[in-house]
Amino acid sequence: MRDEMRDELMVLIPAFNEEGAVAKVVQEVHEVLPGVPVLVIDDCSSDATVHRARSAGARVLELPHHLGLGGAMQAGYRLAFELGFDYVVRVDGDGQHDPRDIPKILEALKRRDCEMVIGSRFAENGGEHSGAIRALGIFFFRAVLRPILGKPVHDPTSGFVGVNRTALAVFSRSFPLEYPEIEALVVLQRKRFRFVEVPCRFRPRRTGRSTITAVKSLSYIAHVLLGVFVNVLKFEGRRK
Amino acid sequence: MERLPLVMTAFSIALIVAILVSVRREHIRVENSVSWLVAAVVLLFFTSSREMMGLISSLLGVPDPVIALLIVWGAVFIMVLYRLSLRLSYLKDSNIALTQQLAILEFRLESLDEKVKKTAD
Repeated sequence: MRDEMRDELMVLIPAFNEEGAVAKVVQEVHEVLPGVPVLVIDDCSSDATVHRARSAGARVLELPHHLGLGGAMQAGYRLAFELGFDYVVRVDGDGQHDPRDIPKILEALKRRDCEMVIGSRFAENGGEHSGAIRALGIFFFRAVLRPILGKPVHDPTSGFVGVNRTALAVFSRSFPLEYPEIEALVVLQRKRFRFVEVPCRFRPRRTGRSTITAVKSLSYIAHVLLGVFVNVLKFEGRRK
Repeated sequence: MERLPLVMTAFSIALIVAILVSVRREHIRVENSVSWLVAAVVLLFFTSSREMMGLISSLLGVPDPVIALLIVWGAVFIMVLYRLSLRLSYLKDSNIALTQQLAILEFRLESLDEKVKKTAD
């Protein structure tokens, strides 16, 4: 398996019922990074996501049961770690992340002495803003995370992230399951790992709707706060 | 209030019968039925004895024995539910790990098949 995937980088695309967008995302990744293995993690979709992803040239890790984003990503991290990859970049299957920014994330992972790189829509010049509720949530989580992480994070809900093998080893064993982006930052901090943010382009979803609706926002905030609190309790100290 | 201990006694008996029937029909595993059986028997013991109700009421400092009994009831069921939540979380974690491992093994098996086919060609 590893013989076919000689590169050090693997691109992971978590997808759940993304038949309308996943093929285009895979094609874009191949155009930007020819020869780099692309693994679509299908979270038990009921549509043609698997078929579309395979037709576009991706390998597909098919989960037999729906695990949610965190469980699906952890499966991808586990496989990438077992296959010996040094770097993994996650790109969402809905087309919101621009694969042309992957080299920028990879470069930062290699050069900037950190274990994780976040592609941020707010890292430069205020960046672009999403809906009012999401913007409010991001503002809130920035304030909560600032003292925990010991440094500001501009886009804590971004799923456009890259990790090196050290972080991959941790995430392959333990990864937040329900709302992974924010909790993953606390997990990294707990392990005394570092992260940096690089400005990236974000686009509107190609198809479907975000799983975080206005109604679910309060539940989202409560869950994430609890997850952050639990992770803080496991704190092992901050890197000097 | 006088009728409440009788209702609770009847409920405890019904719970014991329901658990035993479920165990007999293998709808619930024996090890999972133990918490419920112990809780139901303990509650039956307390509700069926006026002396025990009086003892609980004086221990808790609650003047009304029926209120004291209700507090004990609530505490026992919360403990059982907490234990079940622990069990549920453990099972969910096991399911996630198994699902991931199964998907990874299938992926690697498919890759191996492709490799064998290529070598054969």
